[in-house]
Amino acid sequence: MAENSRSVRETVERSLDSTLESVDSAEDLASGLAGRAGFNDEDLLKIGMAVRESMVNAVVHGNRYNAHKKVRFAVSGGDGRLTVKIADEGEGFDIDRLPDPLAPDNLLRSSGRGIFLIRSFMDEFQIRRLEGGGIELTLVKYQAAK
Amino acid sequence: MSVKLNTRQVGDVIVIDVTGRITLGEGSSALRDALRELVKKDQKKILLNLGDVSYIDSSGIGELVSGFTTVTNAGGQLKLLNLSKRVKDLLQITKLYTVFDVHDDEAAAVRSFA
Repeated sequence: MAENSRSVRETVERSLDSTLESVDSAEDLASGLAGRAGFNDEDLLKIGMAVRESMVNAVVHGNRYNAHKKVRFAVSGGDGRLTVKIADEGEGFDIDRLPDPLAPDNLLRSSGRGIFLIRSFMDEFQIRRLEGGGIELTLVKYQAAK
Repeated sequence: MSVKLNTRQVGDVIVIDVTGRITLGEGSSALRDALRELVKKDQKKILLNLGDVSYIDSSGIGELVSGFTTVTNAGGQLKLLNLSKRVKDLLQITKLYTVFDVHDDEAAAVRSFA
């Protein structure tokens, strides 16, 4: 009999290039691990999207596609929660100064919804400025009780 | 596969059948280019059939909004057809569902253009 997937802890870590291919890779890695950990289909979708948005943030806005800059990606799960950490080597940003995408004046803007979607899809979201430069995002999703 | 676009005409309405993923990169730029091309040709009635869109991210949503703005500012109308639950949920979370005119029947959607 297979062990309850919720209690088997798994961790995947990667140093990724600042490319759109890395966005796809990270999304697949996170969804795959979350699936093995027993997350349901709806949560898999949300996790995948949140990771995608976070990676786009790191690759496009943080590292600006710079081939000399990496994105550190780590996902772990299996103890009833999934934790994703994504760190770039960019100049950082002030999250409090991000425009509210739901404000009437911003509704028809063509960008600016990424952080909002990450917060909508995950249970916890933290942003930390790194000492050597860059930003680390931490995303947490709790597994629904069966 | 990224995104595939099939453009056809129903009466005086241009229908774009979108298949695949509208995400940052190839997917979102293909949609942007197609809509800009139609506006350049003075097409005023555009219906985006999103029934076979398997995935859309915030960049894809941005292109829908950008397309809507471009077409509207040119005096035209851009409407959406056959939203999946996933796309509908995203548009609702981002408060864009009521910005667009959304239909689930093509004939009715075509008739709705002024």
